[in-house]
This record gives sequence, structure tokens and C-alpha cells, in this order.
Amino acid sequence: MAAGARTGAGPGLYTQAHWLILGIAALLPIADLVLPQSLQVAGLVRPILIFAVLGMGLNVVTGFTGLLNLGVAAFMAIGVYTYAILTCDIYPFQWGFWGGLAGAMVSGMVAGLLLGLPTLRLRGDYLAIVTLGFGEMVQDSLKNLDAITKGTQGINPLPPPTFLGYAASQEQPLRLYYLLLGILAVVVLLTRNLENSRAGRTFISIREDELAAKCMGINPMKAKLLAFVIGACLCSTSGALWGANLGSSGEPGNYDFQLSVLALCIVIVGGMGSVGGVLLGSVVMMGFNSIILVKLTAFLTQRGLIGESVFTSPANWKYLVFGLALILMMRFRPEGLLPSRRVQSELHEIDSGLSAKPRVEDAKP
Amino acid sequence: MTNSEVLVQQLIIGLSNGMIIALIALGYTMVYGIVELINFSHGDLFMLGTFLALTVVGALGLGEPLDGQVITWGVIPLLIIVPVFCAAVNWTADRLAYRPLRNAPRLAPLVSAIGVSFVYMNIGLFWGGLPMEVFNMGTAPAAPKDFTALVSYDNLLGDSNITLTAKEVLVFAVTTPLLMALTVMVKYTRLGRAMRAVAQEPTAARLVGIHVDSVIGVAFILGGALAGFASVIYALYNNTIYFQMGFRVGMDAFTAAVLGGIGSLPGAVLGGILIGVIRAFSDQYIATEWTNVVVFAVLILALFFRPSGLLGSTAAEKV
Repeated sequence: MAAGARTGAGPGLYTQAHWLILGIAALLPIADLVLPQSLQVAGLVRPILIFAVLGMGLNVVTGFTGLLNLGVAAFMAIGVYTYAILTCDIYPFQWGFWGGLAGAMVSGMVAGLLLGLPTLRLRGDYLAIVTLGFGEMVQDSLKNLDAITKGTQGINPLPPPTFLGYAASQEQPLRLYYLLLGILAVVVLLTRNLENSRAGRTFISIREDELAAKCMGINPMKAKLLAFVIGACLCSTSGALWGANLGSSGEPGNYDFQLSVLALCIVIVGGMGSVGGVLLGSVVMMGFNSIILVKLTAFLTQRGLIGESVFTSPANWKYLVFGLALILMMRFRPEGLLPSRRVQSELHEIDSGLSAKPRVEDAKP
Repeated sequence: MTNSEVLVQQLIIGLSNGMIIALIALGYTMVYGIVELINFSHGDLFMLGTFLALTVVGALGLGEPLDGQVITWGVIPLLIIVPVFCAAVNWTADRLAYRPLRNAPRLAPLVSAIGVSFVYMNIGLFWGGLPMEVFNMGTAPAAPKDFTALVSYDNLLGDSNITLTAKEVLVFAVTTPLLMALTVMVKYTRLGRAMRAVAQEPTAARLVGIHVDSVIGVAFILGGALAGFASVIYALYNNTIYFQMGFRVGMDAFTAAVLGGIGSLPGAVLGGILIGVIRAFSDQYIATEWTNVVVFAVLILALFFRPSGLLGSTAAEKV
């Protein structure tokens, strides 16, 4: 087992990539000091940081443990709304940023536990549909319980984050940026440690072969539940950060299946089970979503190039690009851009002739 | 209306929608039964079918039925063109996106299917933005489109409080023969036997001379054609289409397939009818805005007590 863990975290790019990406992110605001206005990106990078936390959460569940969760948007929504209710001044709590964040984490864990307990014994595909359904249930419930959640208006204003007494609001983007980056760095560190811990190895052994793991004395139910709860906690953390960053909960409809798929794209494009990969995936997917599309639309509008036709608006091409990205990734690089070593060797075991399982194609004359 | 009349009315609506859901659910379950792939794009394929149907309505210049008629006979070309289109698209998607991944880990084709679903959805968005006369509510790409009422709304039961229109009759007139034909095909023909053999054990099926890839292709063609039929009758029954409906309706159909036991054809039909009726009753007796929550709560409960669905096999997963 210990040897197995080491092959997963062998030397080279994979082990260090996450620090490299975080380091570049830390330097971005400095680059903004010298770049012209139209090329400054640090303000647009904040969603990338927050979605990287969401991706980390999904990575623990889907990447490490191999459970497909198609409802992470629900956990993010639970995080946002818990944070909003605990901090907004129209409610009696007003716990402030750190209190709200802690509350959001706890509520995410409770939600993960409540969803996981009855459903984690289901087979993989059934679990996928149940999590998908859970996402829809949470979204609709938030919409319908408008006495508490203010329905489609969302809850606002939310107070800005604070750190050691300093407020980090939209007006001080630099503080907000570094606060989010700091939290992401802590999440990255914890996830890396988790991957190499006893619990993390348990998760990975379940992904590789649940039956074999069971034979080795692992209780799959307990391990899956732990992975699910940790994942849910990280997802709701990202929700709280999202609310604090926006200063509003947004409307429940924002936390829909497309957001869950975006999170899945982040994990898959980056590399399932790879912490650095998830960071890179977030940069690629969210960079396309919230920087390239935004800048391109602004550029085309400025030049008067967006006409009546449906084809001229870059935002209308978004699904096509996401869809093709997923299809092409699966076809040509299923292990992701920055793969975890273990996943990569597993995916290419056919190439090296190590596959013991009889496969459909093997019988071809 | 008396209570029992309300009940019968909701049952009629629920069964009609349920039969449509069942057709789509069959597409999910057939593909799953054979290649163990949740074909996520199936709902969006259905959506593309409705857009093609509306385009054909415009091209043929079809309108509301004449006085004294209950149906515009122009629906017949629709019922031929749209299923052929959907079958072809589904087969092509299998060829390009899923077949190369047959040996990959389970998650790979599933993610690919989500990708295909997004591509379809974007095509639907573009389609809805085309300047076509049939889009009488405007060509804003994301706006819902009115589907021409080719079937009359007149109550066949005369002055009764219960409404039964030619639309409901059409739903049953199209779905019932299809289900019967499918059952006969799967049970009694060589091709059906081949499909069941491949579903059970692809390697052994290949050893006895079945061309596995063709059989898988047939499953995609049949599932696509059923989705095409569902597109036409859904559009005729509900009269509104929009580019994101594939997700909504596909969710219902997939839930139906899982509820019935994924891989089981009778299970898909049973699940479809159950979901249709539960939706109708929830709309009537609980509240429309809670219906999705009710449907998934039922699903989670059902899976809690029967983890393989109502009619699914309880055999252990292949190792």
C-alpha cells in the first residue's frame, strides 16, 4: 500500500505542479501593475480560485474514490445559502465571514452525510442519477422556500470577508484576491495530505477495485461516506467563498446541472485524482468561461461585430466548446492535461499489455 | 368537477405523458443494457427531434386541422422523417464519440455522452435562433417556440367534465404499437436474440458469431428512432418546445429507466408510466413547483428499498 502511494506521488511535474500554479497566481496582481487596463486579469481570476476549491471537492469524490457525483452544484448552493443566512443583516445571526464559512462547511458535511447514508450502497450509475436528482431537488427547494431564501431574488447584501480585522471587499480587490488564494492554498495542502494519508489510500483502493479493497479489510461504505462528506464540505466551502466574493447569494437557478458539469469538466480536463490537474483544469475551463468569453464579447461589442444572428455572440458557442472539450479529452487524453501518475498508468495498461480483464475488443479476429 | 373526476382527468394526463417518457426511457435502457453506458445525450437528441419536427411543419406548410377533422394528416411524414433523423444522429454519435471508448474505463464514455449532450444543446440553441417563420414567438435563440396545433383540442367525450382529446388518443395510438413491435422484436427475432446475447456477455456473443458492433449500432438506431417518435408526439401533445427541454424531459425519462430497473425494457415502460402519473398527481395534489422534488424523492426512496430498481435484476455486478 505504501509503495502504491508513492507511485501516485512520484517525483516530477505532477508533485510540484500545484505549487507552480499557485505561485503564478500569487504573482498575477503584481503583473497587473505594469500591464495596460485591457489586459489586467487578477479581478477575473477570483472565480477561478473559487471553482478550484469546488473542483478539489469533486476530485475527492470522483477523482480519488471513483464515485460519480453529478450534483456538486447543490452542495455549492447549500454553502452559499448557509453563508448568506448566517451573515446577512436581515437574519438574526450575523456571524461574520469566518463564522459563516464554518457554518457553511458544517451544513455541507451534514448534507453530504444525509445524501450519502441512504444512497452510497447503490451501484455507480445509480449513484450518479441520485446525485443529479439531489442537485435538482436542492435547486427547486431553494426556489420554493422563498420565505427563508428570498426565492429568485437571492439574499443580499452579504458582508465582505474579513481577515484579522481587515475587510476584504470588492473595493479592496487585492486583499480579497490574496484571501481567496490563501484559502485555496490551504485546501490544496490538505487535499495533497489527504491523498497520501491512510484515508486517501483507502479511497483510491475503492476506486481501483472495490471488491479487492473489501477483501483487504476496508469497509467501503465507511470510506465512501467519508469521501462524500469531505467532498461536500469542500464544495460548500467554495459556495461560501462565492457568496462572499459576489456579496450576494445569487439566485437558486445559478446552481444548476450546468454548474455541476462545469465542475466535472474542471476535474476531467485537468486530470482526475490529480490536485495540480484540478488547478490547471480550473484555469482552463473557468479561464475560458469568465475571462476569454468576457473579453471576447467586450471586444466584439466594442467593434460592433455582434449582430442579429445567433452565431455572432461568443456566449452562444459556450456549450459547443465545453461539449467538444469533453468528447476530445475522453477520446485522446482521458487521463487529463496534468494526470495523476496512478490514473495514467491505469488508463494505459492496455498499451503495455498488462490488462488481465477480458475485454470486448480482445475477441476480435 | 368531483374528486373522482379530477382523479380520472389527472390519470389521463399522467398516462399520456408517461407513455411519452416511456419511449425515451427505452432508449436509455436499451443502450445501457448492452454497453452499460448512461447515454446522457438522449434527452437532447429528443429535443433536436422536436426542432426538426417544427422545421418540417414549416417546410410542408402544415396548419391546424380543417373543420370537421381532428388531425392534420401531415403528421404522418413527421412520424417518418423525425425518427429516421434521430436514429441516424444517435448512430453517428455512437460511431464518433462512444465506440472508440468501448475499452476505456466506465467513466470515459459517460463523460463523452455529457459532452455530446452539450453539443446537441448548442445546436438546438443555434436552431432556435435561425430566422424561420415557424418560430412565431420570435427568433430569440433561447425563447420557447410554439408548436403548431396539428391535432384538435375538441373534447371527444362531448359535454363531460373529463377531457379526452384526439391528442391523448394519438399518444396511445403511436406508443402502444411501438412498444408491442419492440417486444416482439426483442423476444422473437434473430436480431432480438442477438441483442439479448450481447447484453448478457459480449465476448461469448462474439464467439458464437454475433457481430457485436452492429448489434450495438442497432440498439442506438432503435433508441434514436423511439426518441424521434417521442419528439413528434410530445410536441403535438404539449405544443411548446425549447432548447433546454432535453435536459428536463431526459431527466424524467432517465429517472423512469432507473426506477424501473435500468437495462429492463418492461421496467422502462413501467417507470415511464409511474413517473408520468406521479408528476400529474403531484401537480394536482401537492404543487407544480414541488413536482421535481417529489419525483426525485420517490426515486431515492424506491432505490433505498430496491437498489436495482423495480424490475431490475438483482444479480451482483460483474467483476
